Amino acid sequence: MAWTIYISFAGALLEALLPKDRHGLARWLALAVALAGLVIAVAAYAAGMGQGTTVIADALWVPSMGIHYKLAADGISRVLVLLTGLASVAGVLFSWNIELRTNQFFAFYLALIGGVYGVFLSFDLFLLFVFYEIAIVPKYFLIAIWGSTRREYGAMKLALYSFAGSAMVLIGLLAAYAASGSHSTTLADLAHAGLPVPMQMGLFPLVFVGFAILAGMWPFHTWAPTGHVAAPTAASMLLAGVVMKLGAYGCLRVAMGVFPRGLDPWGFSLLGLGSWRDVFALLAVVGIVYGALVALAQSDFKFVIGYSSVSHMGFVLLGLMTLNQIGLDGAVLQMFSHGVIAGLLFAIVGRIVYDRTHTRQLAELETMHLAKRLPFAAWAFVIAGIASMGLPGFSGFVAELQVLVGAWNARPWWTVAAGVGVIVGVAYTWRALQKAFFSDRLPTPDEHPKTGWHDLGAITWPEIAGVALLGISTIVVGLYPRILLDSIEPAVKALLAGGVQ
Amino acid sequence: MIEQAVPFTPQLTASPIAEILWLIPAVPMVAAGVIALLKQPRRTAAATLAIGSLGFSLLLSLVAFGHVLAGWSNQVAVRETVNFTWIQVGASTVDLGWVLDPLSAVMMVMVCFVGLLIFIYSTGYMAHDENFTRFFCFLALFAGAMLGVVIANSLLLLFMCWELVGLTSYLLIGFWYQKPSAAAAAKKAFLTTRVGDIFFLLGIVWLFNDTGTLLFYDHGAGSMEGFALAGLLSHHVALGLTVAGAIGLLIFAGAAGKSGQLPLHVWLPDAMEGPTPVSALIHAATMVAAGVYLIARVYPLMSAGMPLIRAGAVTGTTAALAVVTWIGAATAVFAALIAIAQNDIKRILAYSTVSQLGYMMAGLGLGGVAVGMFHLITHAFFKALLFLGAGSVIHGCCDEQDIRRMGGLKVDMPLTFITYAIGMLALCGFPLVFSGFWSKDGILEAAHSGAIQGPFYLLVFGALLTAFYMTRQVSYVFFGYWRGHHPAHESPGVMTVPLAILAFFAIALGAIGTPAWPWFRAFLDGRSAAFNWHGFAEPGLALLMLTSSLVVFLGIGLGIWLYGGKSPSPEEPDVLEKATPWLWAGLRDRLYVDEFYGATVIAFYGWWARAADWLDRWIWGGIVAAVAGFFGLWAKFNRLLDMHFVDGGFDKTCEEIATGGGLLARVQGGRVQIYLRILAIAVVVLAAILFWSSRA
Repeated sequence: MAWTIYISFAGALLEALLPKDRHGLARWLALAVALAGLVIAVAAYAAGMGQGTTVIADALWVPSMGIHYKLAADGISRVLVLLTGLASVAGVLFSWNIELRTNQFFAFYLALIGGVYGVFLSFDLFLLFVFYEIAIVPKYFLIAIWGSTRREYGAMKLALYSFAGSAMVLIGLLAAYAASGSHSTTLADLAHAGLPVPMQMGLFPLVFVGFAILAGMWPFHTWAPTGHVAAPTAASMLLAGVVMKLGAYGCLRVAMGVFPRGLDPWGFSLLGLGSWRDVFALLAVVGIVYGALVALAQSDFKFVIGYSSVSHMGFVLLGLMTLNQIGLDGAVLQMFSHGVIAGLLFAIVGRIVYDRTHTRQLAELETMHLAKRLPFAAWAFVIAGIASMGLPGFSGFVAELQVLVGAWNARPWWTVAAGVGVIVGVAYTWRALQKAFFSDRLPTPDEHPKTGWHDLGAITWPEIAGVALLGISTIVVGLYPRILLDSIEPAVKALLAGGVQ
Repeated sequence: MIEQAVPFTPQLTASPIAEILWLIPAVPMVAAGVIALLKQPRRTAAATLAIGSLGFSLLLSLVAFGHVLAGWSNQVAVRETVNFTWIQVGASTVDLGWVLDPLSAVMMVMVCFVGLLIFIYSTGYMAHDENFTRFFCFLALFAGAMLGVVIANSLLLLFMCWELVGLTSYLLIGFWYQKPSAAAAAKKAFLTTRVGDIFFLLGIVWLFNDTGTLLFYDHGAGSMEGFALAGLLSHHVALGLTVAGAIGLLIFAGAAGKSGQLPLHVWLPDAMEGPTPVSALIHAATMVAAGVYLIARVYPLMSAGMPLIRAGAVTGTTAALAVVTWIGAATAVFAALIAIAQNDIKRILAYSTVSQLGYMMAGLGLGGVAVGMFHLITHAFFKALLFLGAGSVIHGCCDEQDIRRMGGLKVDMPLTFITYAIGMLALCGFPLVFSGFWSKDGILEAAHSGAIQGPFYLLVFGALLTAFYMTRQVSYVFFGYWRGHHPAHESPGVMTVPLAILAFFAIALGAIGTPAWPWFRAFLDGRSAAFNWHGFAEPGLALLMLTSSLVVFLGIGLGIWLYGGKSPSPEEPDVLEKATPWLWAGLRDRLYVDEFYGATVIAFYGWWARAADWLDRWIWGGIVAAVAGFFGLWAKFNRLLDMHFVDGGFDKTCEEIATGGGLLARVQGGRVQIYLRILAIAVVVLAAILFWSSRA
């Protein structure tokens, strides 16, 4: 499984060394590397069923500090590695039309993928942190060079937010390392170091927020919409698809795994909040409703999807804060589900529609009769949209249902509030869908819209392949969720047994 | 009651037919998939596949029905379930499954049969549509999903199919999506029902949390069975409402959304933008009745804690059932009032559907499963008949839908007229001959024997209105003289034959639910039924039948008096409009419910959304900008500090070094590709060094 990391970085190196005018070669190489990663991920997933935690590599890396090069995988890692494989292949397919510095684009792209794989497989805190940082840097370049719409601003905002979060995480980690005195930075050693409870309560929010920034937690979410909008299609797919998952994964694995007692009640309550758990659950619920509402008020198609990510990631964070089996299962499944569905939505909006119409303004798309001119895009968006609004038969339904059940078990009002967000979710998806595809407002002033239509270009095979890959994934998981839950379940159980309560 | 309460032996283990029950929804769904893959011109193949698959489902459901019937005649109460685990969470599991019992058997036969007739009718009605194959693909998908709702033995599976049904309804309302009104109506339908569905989902979550299962029946461990219900009854939420009642109300909110009950009825009349066969199948006969079916399914939950259900006669009520009753009765009157002032032939029928669904809900609330379900079944036939008849009229009048531009069609379209008249009389509840009379009478009887008479008076008033607005419609359409543009023509046989078949059942179905032979009720309740003329002579019953007959005659008489034989021109105001303009305007504009929602809920959400957007743009964005600006200023300050104080004479030295740096500067041209290449080479070299040094 470690080969997913090595192959991606090797691919990035090769891409960087390619002559810059060989676009075709660069594309096929990237696709081959991404596919290889996916194949390994699938094989490792299949092999790892019912295996618990398997250690892949464990060597002392920096002996003076006790830093290990420890790669391992449990059910949660395997699911997220699988997601990364899917997202990376789809991202390459939807980047098939990149003509500007193709090889460099894919070099950064694969470096990002390699970093993401690394984070999901690291069981050593500092190693995880290193991969985490590696993943952030290429993102900046991808947006700043190949992006659109205020790309420098978007890229810089994203990078600054990320680094601010990293700084918080780093402080927390150093403090934990110093206090543990165990001379080891592996997650297991730190978790068992028995840090004093007040210290855990102090460090937990620092690390949790540091990671949650990248997961788009309200009110630290504003990097997400601007970053998504500025990013080129593949980058926004990865950003929503896997990078936001890095944050959520960090929250679960590091913040909750190393500081489990940080969630204990404070012993007093302020405005009805009696622990960090209440605080973050509240922020998650606010994010769900708020993100959906803001999405309802957007005039830019991609902003709608950007804010929808904030809303859907709220479900992940809410699921984490339920602290029960079903809620955590749902949170991990929602990470996968949102990765696939958001990737699909961004692909349709950014690649299939924007690259042909060169506008994302809903008011302009309204005059373009896209349902007739791009029926494939319209139907793909209908499917992605209903998946996104959590209709049964798609992965989002199973995930959100589990989170809702878990939340009801913890505090019923969380579920009720999240339910409001779900209704608004239907509203903004349908609004965007209708405005973008099924409206027949005539362009003004124009009596003969048909004469004004230039050819939008046929749908290409990579687009069809990408839509099929992501669409089928969400349906398979929606109909037969055990395919992932059977892996997630024992891993979450082990985590809960390890102290998170 | 006349029937003796002979206890039936329960039959719980699945027979072979129950094992393969899943084929009933699966076959149409597969057919939909195959049609979707067909190329556009294969019209015959699409229609054949859709009709063939539903025909197969009908056969299978008839076999299943026969199995249940055979059990019933041997005094066996069939309730066979097949369950399987869908997901596993810790020690508990989420199970799905299907159930074969009298309720699902009756419903699936009705859905398949009415559906099949409407499919056949559609081949004629949609013959000229360019998207013929897409239409049959959606229809088949709908039929599959609806049958899924019917056989589901798990609230979750029911919900999943329920949402799929809603989705196909959306797709079919918006079938002519080139019409903006159709696309808007589709969106409205989806959104409104979704509001109800969220409450439904909360109910599901709550039920799962408290009982640990979502199966209805599971050999005693299901959520509709004694043990789970006892647990739900033992806790109270507030004001004496038990948890069972609260969950029941949440589920009812979902049912109200689907079945167009107040206050979520607004989408159903707009849904008439879809093709007429769709209105007949989905928005009259089957899908909108799914809400009623759902309440019938969870009736044990709704009625949990009721003092006594004795021999099928419901005595007493629960909070949840009282709400169902009152909402149903209020909807019945409310929608019937609006129907009076509509001029679109399909909209009148749509409000009539809303009103009749109210009757069904009230029937469930007052008299139990059998009373509500009987009206559901009879209504499915006569309302499908009316819609298909209206479709035939629209087809014959070249897509005219305004009843003021029709008239005298009894001559031009005799077959349509006769069948439509039968449907209309059944809907009005014309005495003795028509099925609607018996099913409506069952509801009125239950209402009359209830503790509170309010719903009874509402429902009687609704019956008067129903007879009145239907008479008005028929007078406008079939009597008087022709006021349209093109001459009307009778529809082809493929459309009129289904009408005739439905008309037959609109009459014949009454026979299974008369007080003399209440077979339907006995079948659903698992009791034996004997034929007994004295059923009509029950004290009070004859009087009730007389009353309801008189009400119907009064409604029809009023209608004939005001509208009969007159043919006002389309521009002329209605008779009632002349009398009471303000009341007429209110009814015509649907009592301003849409406007009310627009000004409150929708405006509120819009305002809220804009406020959140503003907050995001200016407050959170502003904080980020302020932080960035602060650091920028600080950096500038530090630079000034550096330049003027720290550096000082140091600069001179640096300048000399800087000229020497020109060589290196060429490498740092700001060109990312060169950076990258150097980086790549460096990494390769580094890796090589590491590799070799580790071997050494």
